[in-house]
Amino acid sequence: MKDSVVDVISFEQVEEIIEWVNKIHGFDFSGYSRASLKRRITRIMQLQQLSMYELKSLLVNNPAFFEEFLIEVTVNVTEMFRDPTFFKGVREKVLPYLSSFQRIKVWNAGCSTGEELYSFAILLDQENLYNRSFLYGTDINRNVLNTAKKGIYNLKLMKQYSENYMLTGAAGSLSDYYVAKYDAATIVNNLRKNILFSVHNLVSDGVFNEFQLISCRNVMIYFDVELQNKVINLFYESLCPLGFLCLGSKESLRNAELAKKFRVIDRVENIYQKIG
Amino acid sequence: MHNDNRVSKAKVVVIGCSAGGFTLVFDIISKLPRNFPLPVIVVIHRSRKHKSSIEEILNSKSKVMVRVAGDKDQLIKGNVYFAPSDYHLLLEPDESLTLDCSEPVLYSRPSIDVTFQSVADVYNEKVIAILLSGANTDGANGICYIHAKKGFTVVQDPESAEVRTMPEAAISQCSADLILSNLEIFSFMDNLASTINQKS
Repeated sequence: MKDSVVDVISFEQVEEIIEWVNKIHGFDFSGYSRASLKRRITRIMQLQQLSMYELKSLLVNNPAFFEEFLIEVTVNVTEMFRDPTFFKGVREKVLPYLSSFQRIKVWNAGCSTGEELYSFAILLDQENLYNRSFLYGTDINRNVLNTAKKGIYNLKLMKQYSENYMLTGAAGSLSDYYVAKYDAATIVNNLRKNILFSVHNLVSDGVFNEFQLISCRNVMIYFDVELQNKVINLFYESLCPLGFLCLGSKESLRNAELAKKFRVIDRVENIYQKIG
Repeated sequence: MHNDNRVSKAKVVVIGCSAGGFTLVFDIISKLPRNFPLPVIVVIHRSRKHKSSIEEILNSKSKVMVRVAGDKDQLIKGNVYFAPSDYHLLLEPDESLTLDCSEPVLYSRPSIDVTFQSVADVYNEKVIAILLSGANTDGANGICYIHAKKGFTVVQDPESAEVRTMPEAAISQCSADLILSNLEIFSFMDNLASTINQKS
């Protein structure tokens, strides 16, 4: 029998790390879920066999380590057309309305490696809206954005993504949008011309454009309620009148004040339209 | 049955199961008394491809409130929270729940290990963990983590489990406080309710 290693890092020590990271690197994690941070930091310490002392020392002295730390503490798991019913909802309830806008600007906040933003691009293309659309993908993490910009994914994953795509009920085939070579799938150039990926921190950065649609899924679950409300307010400020906010099935507008400023388009997938 | 102090001081019951354990979970929850004195968190492995309505059905058949855990839901005693498919379920120090879609652990998301460890990090020894039938070893690390933090651990007797891999993995990794048959699990929950309710 082996003993389980408990409390690699305590909640108090998590607070210490948050403070250090803010002081040294200017990243404010104080609004992040403590349970998630504790788990992610424990993971780094176990993988690299670091003591608390060594972790702090690396955070202070080694800028390359901080990049790694940033990738590990933020969750970067994503797929194309994750939750097909969400995209079905967008296609059926939002796109018909979006088509009435002259220009369609889309913001995918916390886009990670880009799969979700490309999914939106494909959705728009299917409805012949892509040419008057422009899509922004943002994340706090430079490294994942580099992957997003390249648009090259593991070909094996495309099988699952194609299944997702079919379940959205969209026409055509996902394979129209990528070129397969060896074990890589590269997103076609035509789908990339109206897309821009750049760094944006939801905690500290503000409004940078006006959007017709903002999608942010599986990002705010890592925030506490206060930061969630602050970010939703940022989205509100960034939407044009009657623009759409898409949060997905697990995140909803629970704050009554904020909820008053939106009407519900899809109650299950948490799609809202700005009215106030 | 047992007068273990840890049982009467517990703040939460966590239950984990996989293949072969769903019916038992269903029976455990539907038998809970109306005034069950603790929140219950259940992690079961299930596919995200098929919409599952176990919470809805259980809610209509149970005396307690049964729901899918929502992000930042505050734990309420007597309520039962199921981890949604395709997300890990974590507990915050302020006793609210957080959903997390990071990598699967042992091919599982939700992972029993992840939830058990997270709950123990918040409540330390004040946790009652129950691990049931399953076809992989998820849950063994989690229940032994709770054991190491002096929480109270119950494992289904592999002899009465439909699939014994999961309870067996746990028993081989650390010594559970109780190894119980299905019937004994029901009476454990009954006693638990009356012990804590009498105390308060």
